[in-house]
Amino acid sequence: MNLNVKSSDFKTTTRGIVRGGETLKQHRDRLMEATRLTKHYAGLKQMELRDSEPILYNKLFSRLRAGVVDARETAKKIAASPIVEQEGELCFTLYNAAGDSILTSTGIIIHVGTMGAAIKYMIENDWESNPGVRDKDIFCNNDCLIGNVHPCDIHTIVPIFWEGELVGWVGGVTHVIDTGAVGPGSMCTGQVQRFGDGYSVTCRKVGENDTLFRDWLHESQRMVRTTRYWMLDERTRIAGCHMIRKLVEEVIAEEGIDSFWKFAYEAVEHGRRGLQNRIKAMTIPGKYRQVGFVDVPYAHEDVRVPSDFAKVDSIMHTPSEITIRGDGTWRLDFEGSSRWGWHTYNAHQVSFTSGIWVMMTQTLIPSEMINDGAAYGTEFRLPKGTWMNPDDRRVAFAYSWHFLVSSWTALWRGLSRSYFGRGYLEEVNAGNANTSNWLQGGGFNQYDEIHAVNSFECAANGTGATAVGDGLSHAAAIWNPEGDMGDMEIWELAEPLLYLGRQIKSNSGGAGKYRGGCGFESLRLVWNAKDWTMFFMGNGHISSDWGLMGGYPAASGYRFAAHKTGLKALIEEGKPIPFGGDTDPENPVWDDLIKGAVIKRDKQAITTEEMFSDYDLYLNYMRGGPGFGDPLDRDPQSVADDLNGGYLLERFAERVYGVVVSTDASGLYAVDAAATDAKRKAMRKDRIANAVPVKDWMKGEREKIVAKTGVGDHVKQMFAASFTLGPKFEKDFRSFWDLPESWQLTEDELDIPHYGSKYSMDLSELPDVKLVQFVEE
Amino acid sequence: MSYTRTKIADLIDGRIDQDTLHQMLSMPKDAERFATYIDILQERLPWKDRIILPLGPKLYIVQRQDTKEWKTRCECGHDFCDWKENWKLHALINVRDTPQKLEQIYPRLMAPTPSWQVLREYFCPECGTLHDVEAPTPWYPVIHDFEPDIDTFYRDWLGMPVPERAVVA
Repeated sequence: MNLNVKSSDFKTTTRGIVRGGETLKQHRDRLMEATRLTKHYAGLKQMELRDSEPILYNKLFSRLRAGVVDARETAKKIAASPIVEQEGELCFTLYNAAGDSILTSTGIIIHVGTMGAAIKYMIENDWESNPGVRDKDIFCNNDCLIGNVHPCDIHTIVPIFWEGELVGWVGGVTHVIDTGAVGPGSMCTGQVQRFGDGYSVTCRKVGENDTLFRDWLHESQRMVRTTRYWMLDERTRIAGCHMIRKLVEEVIAEEGIDSFWKFAYEAVEHGRRGLQNRIKAMTIPGKYRQVGFVDVPYAHEDVRVPSDFAKVDSIMHTPSEITIRGDGTWRLDFEGSSRWGWHTYNAHQVSFTSGIWVMMTQTLIPSEMINDGAAYGTEFRLPKGTWMNPDDRRVAFAYSWHFLVSSWTALWRGLSRSYFGRGYLEEVNAGNANTSNWLQGGGFNQYDEIHAVNSFECAANGTGATAVGDGLSHAAAIWNPEGDMGDMEIWELAEPLLYLGRQIKSNSGGAGKYRGGCGFESLRLVWNAKDWTMFFMGNGHISSDWGLMGGYPAASGYRFAAHKTGLKALIEEGKPIPFGGDTDPENPVWDDLIKGAVIKRDKQAITTEEMFSDYDLYLNYMRGGPGFGDPLDRDPQSVADDLNGGYLLERFAERVYGVVVSTDASGLYAVDAAATDAKRKAMRKDRIANAVPVKDWMKGEREKIVAKTGVGDHVKQMFAASFTLGPKFEKDFRSFWDLPESWQLTEDELDIPHYGSKYSMDLSELPDVKLVQFVEE
Repeated sequence: MSYTRTKIADLIDGRIDQDTLHQMLSMPKDAERFATYIDILQERLPWKDRIILPLGPKLYIVQRQDTKEWKTRCECGHDFCDWKENWKLHALINVRDTPQKLEQIYPRLMAPTPSWQVLREYFCPECGTLHDVEAPTPWYPVIHDFEPDIDTFYRDWLGMPVPERAVVA
């Protein structure tokens, strides 16, 4: 299609702001219609600039991409928040006039889609006429109902003009440390509706002429607990956006507006074709099925929520089916997923789909050209009403990652089956860790200021095992490919919590021929805090990361906290105190050192604000990744190395791996090869002797299902809700278990509340609101 | 980009050097990988039936030499079922659904809670190899995780003839 238009091409009296005279809405509508009709982004069957001037095309790409990365690296030094400065929780993206991303920086690239969704919301809802979109305007957004991941990701969006016409947008995002939610910390758990999620800003114009409005500054700084971090984070985002805007202006001045304009659309089509080619080059056509779960254990006394109807245990569930077609296109269908819930773990369709690109950039499309092209090359189906496409405007999002990471990890398994089949073993990955625990809380800190903390140590979880080696230990998080655990000294400056230990978490990686990478654990001592609270946030009853091809899931979570520890006296008396890690939670050693303390040591890995005093203890346990292959095929020496390195507890060497070891004089473990061989042979025989044919087991399981026994209401509720939203899921369930027509399971028959199952009201029902639909519903 | 047969063998054995591994990850894929991979796997097997597609470290779709039927087979030679079926339904299973059974694999507190999640281990009935572990809630159907479109894969993507396949009566 001809990307260039003139205002005279349109029968309208008002000249729009987009280059050529279209309004933003006209421009986007025209592009989307051409995309729909041709299956090529913006109707670009040919890529004129790339084909006729490939060197210029690549020069434009390299220069703009380098500039976007440079802006991120420079801007992050402006931030004071260790989340941004230490962990790199920021990202900048360049968009074309229609709000589709052209290219993005490194960092939290899930936002390649989320800021675009905000721009598209402004386009669809005619921001152009009110409040107006002008050169040097500044917009701010963190609204999760229109595409943001969670409220703590704050977007700054700046339009880019050339000779009075809009030619693009730039967006910058940082993860702020607090949003003024019900509880401190950016991803808190106490609220069950959006109204408790904290400060929510919808594409608001917060500045013009490159200057922030005073009313915005005064309002926003008092809406959050950590004002200084908030203000410096905003300057970080603005600085990066302005660097990129200046770069674009320079590029246009040197290379011409026509070249930039063509590049801004061809790059997206290039990204779409790139995905299709990679699918054909790396995968196998067919159907792949997998499932993810995570626990929401809210019936516990240490989860204090304001509403009785939220005080229930529940399970979030997402089955997925990937269909890869012969032409290299693909479809991801999530029918059967759970309904949104009264917790903070819901997600918008854009954050769910955009986050999948973060995964894909680590495997299927490891390219610098990360843009919306891949999204246009993928069909997503997310049924309306599910947790990742809610149909109610009350839903909360503060820790959407709880299930995002747990549902996506299943997709690794699907793709890995294709990589394995083709022999691309280097790409196989059993999955990603559930990226937790999140140590959060707040009060008055060591500087006597109102403060909130959100430790990002879990940016360094274990990774999944591959088909050629163990997962990386304490290394990464799926949401930030550049994850880092941060320096203890920096966290001690940012939090009134001293380190009494930081060590590898033994057995946290799933067992296998290649084991999952292990997480780590930090023991924190509350020190110099006042009126202080903390809470836990992670998976506990469920391990969301299954193993692959015989590998075991990663270990699940638990909590350890201790109050009234008596540590002050123990330290003064020079007596032993807890140090290091909670090495073997089945045989704890700390508890005896702090006799009389109030200890919380259990599977309740999600809590709400709990009071802490100086000398109290908090264990921050970062999860491991899942394993690959049968553990009995693991190289015995690797098992001994794991024992010597602290990655495995001794009793599991024989139980799980069939490896018999002995220790030498120095205490190092060595393999007894003959005994190991005999042990493994015996274990294989035992497996056969103790297991039963699957079809025999199915008979017993079916009887339980028919009688509706053997599971608690939280499991029944999970199935009943998925049946309602996923008719095909229910049909497949009934067919698999050969259930009689008379068998029904509904939420009404369960003795637990299910508010939201029948009555909901979508954001689209509000006056003058036009939502952008990005997926099939 | 292409790699020697030795390098592909090293990859299969988990002994690939880091430089080559990095190259494999960062460079465009070598289209001939599949043929080399299958060839190396084939010569290591104790049986002669042709590998059609590897499904796991010790699990394959194979073409039986005698009948030309396609089967899902364990490395030990045990045929689970026709390739179109879910092989797990023909395996042995051990369900870990109590704390005691789960604590054989994980330390206490680091194991899932069995009223929320169980482990299902799927073994070969002849050699006891563990081919898969599922970790769903109780009641969850056995997942048919992969249905490859092998005809399209061979014919259209690899440019190889589709091996003969006898239709099971």
